[in-house]
Amino acid sequence: MIQRKIDIQKVITTIILLAVSIFFLLPLFWMTSAAFKFEKDVMVFPIEWIPSSLNVIENFKAVWMAKIPFSLFYFNSLKLSIIMTLATVLFSSMAAFALTKLQFKGRNLMFGLLLSFMIIPEQATLVPRFLLLKWLGLYNTHEGLILMGMFSIYFTFLMRQFMLGVSNELIEAAKLDGAGYFTIFWKIVLPLCKPIIATVGIIKFIWTWNDYQNPLIFLIDKNLYPITLGMQLFKDDYADNYAILMMASLSAIIPLVIIFIILQKHVIKGISLGGVKG
Amino acid sequence: MKENIELTTEKPELLIKKTKWSNSRKEALVGWLFLLPELVGMLYLYVFPIVFSLIISFSEWNLVGGFSTIKFVGLENFQKMFQDEKVFMALKNNLFFTFLSVPTGMALALILAVIIHTKVYLKEYFKVAFFIPYISSIIAVGAVWSALYHPSSGPINMFLKSIGFEKTPLWLADPNYSLIAIIIISVWAIIGYNVIIYIAGLSNIPDELYEAASIDGASSIQKFFNITLPMLGPTNVFLFITLLIGSFKVFDLIAFLTDGGPNNTSTVIVFRIYEEGFRHFNMGYASAISWLLFIVVAVITLISWKIQKNKVHY
Repeated sequence: MIQRKIDIQKVITTIILLAVSIFFLLPLFWMTSAAFKFEKDVMVFPIEWIPSSLNVIENFKAVWMAKIPFSLFYFNSLKLSIIMTLATVLFSSMAAFALTKLQFKGRNLMFGLLLSFMIIPEQATLVPRFLLLKWLGLYNTHEGLILMGMFSIYFTFLMRQFMLGVSNELIEAAKLDGAGYFTIFWKIVLPLCKPIIATVGIIKFIWTWNDYQNPLIFLIDKNLYPITLGMQLFKDDYADNYAILMMASLSAIIPLVIIFIILQKHVIKGISLGGVKG
Repeated sequence: MKENIELTTEKPELLIKKTKWSNSRKEALVGWLFLLPELVGMLYLYVFPIVFSLIISFSEWNLVGGFSTIKFVGLENFQKMFQDEKVFMALKNNLFFTFLSVPTGMALALILAVIIHTKVYLKEYFKVAFFIPYISSIIAVGAVWSALYHPSSGPINMFLKSIGFEKTPLWLADPNYSLIAIIIISVWAIIGYNVIIYIAGLSNIPDELYEAASIDGASSIQKFFNITLPMLGPTNVFLFITLLIGSFKVFDLIAFLTDGGPNNTSTVIVFRIYEEGFRHFNMGYASAISWLLFIVVAVITLISWKIQKNKVHY
C-alpha cells in the first residue's frame, strides 16, 4: 500500500517536471517553429506554435544556398573539429602515457608544470598568440587555428587519471614478450583507454564546434569561417528576417543535439568527471 | 631487439649491467619523446604568450604602425588602465554578472537535481532535456534569444504586454537591461551543466544516511538540510569556483549580441581586451588588461585549490 502511494506522488512530480522541462525548452521550440514559417508569421502574438503555412523550403534555400553557403561553414566546422579532436586525443594520451607508465627523472616536475599552466585563462594570452600566428604567416588560416586548439592540459589530466587505473601487469607481460614502448602504447594502453578517449573526444568536439572566440580573432576570410562566425554573418545580413536566422540557428544546433542524444552517456560522464569549461 | 643482438658480443657480466642501464635510459628517452608534443604546445600556448604579453604590456605599440613603432613606456598602460572608465565599468559588470548568475544558476540547478535524482521517473530524459541548451552553440542560441527579446514585437515583450505591463524593457538595446538580458541567457544555457554536476555529487551520498534518518523519522526537508546540503559541500565549492572563474571569462554572448553596449553598459573585461587589441590594435594596452584578467583568475584559482585540498578531509 505504501509503495503504491509513493508511486502516485512520483508520477505527479514527473508530470510537473515534464511541464517545467517543456517550458525550459520553449526557446528551442520557438526557434524550430519560426524556421518553418513565413517571416510575416514569426512575430505574431499569440504565438503560432504549429505554423499555419509553411515556408520551410525557401528558408532552407536562403540559408544553405546563400552567397556564402552554410554548407561551407559546415564543412569548415567539421574539418576543424575533427582535426583538433584527433590531435588533442592523440597528444593528451601520449603525454598521459609518459606521465603514468614510463619512469624517468623529471616526470613529476613536468606534471606539476602542466598543472600550473591551468591557472592561465586563454583569453589573457590572445594578444601574443595572435602576434605569433601573424609572424608565422598562419594568421587567417585553418592551420593557425588548429595550432591553437590541439593541446589541452585539462584533457591530459583526465587521461592521466584514467591511465593510473590501467594495470601495469599487462604492460610488464608485454615487455617480457619483447614488445617495444610504441607497441605497448598503441596496442595495449590505448585500447584499454577507449572509454576515456570517447568521453574526451566528444567533449572536445562539442567545444570546438561551438567555439566562437578563437575563430573570431584568428580568422578574417569569410570562406574559412566555421558555423559560429557564419551565424554572425547571417545575423548581420538578415537582421530583420528572423525566419531565415532561426533556420540558420536550427541548422547549427541540430547535429550536436543528435550526437549528444546518441552518445549522452559519454558526454554526461565526461562532464561529471569535474570539468572546467573552456 | 637489434640492441640485444649487438650487446651479446660483449662479456656476459657486463651484459646484465649494460642492458639494465640502457633500458632505463631508453625508457627516459621514450618518456620525453611521448611528452614532447605537449611540451612544445605548452611552450607556445602558455610560456611564450605570458612572458611576451608582460613585455608588451610595458610598451606602447599599435600594430598598424608595424613592429618598429614599439616604444617602451614603463607603467603607463597600467596607470591608464586604473583610470580607464570603461575598464572600471567592465569590472563592475563582471562582478554584477557573477553576483546575479552564480547563485541563481546554482540554486535552480540544485532544486532540479534533487528532484531529478530521487523524485521522478524518466531520469535520463530530464538529464538530456536540461542539458540540451548547454551543448548547443551559444551563438545559435543567442540568435534565438535576440528574436525573443525583440523590443516591439518579440514574444517576451508581447507576453509582458498581454499580462498588463505597459512599459516593457528594450532588453538587449536597453542600457538598464542589456546585461540582465545576457545573464538570463547565460543562466539558461549553463543550468544543464550545473544539474549534471549536482547529480554526480548526489549519487556519491550513501543511501544508508537517508535510511537511518528515515528510521529516526526525519522529514524530507530535514533530510535535505541535514544530510544532502552538508554532503554536497565539495560539489558546491567546485561548482561555485568553476562558475566564478567562468563569469570573469564571459565574452561570446556579449560580442555577438550587444557589442558591449548600449553605451558600454554590457562591456566586460574580455570584451575590453578584444576591443583594444583587435579593433584598435593597441597591443600594449590590451596586454595590460590581459594581465589584469590573468591575475584575477589566477588568484581565484589558487585560493580554490587551497580550499578544495582542505575540503577533501572534511
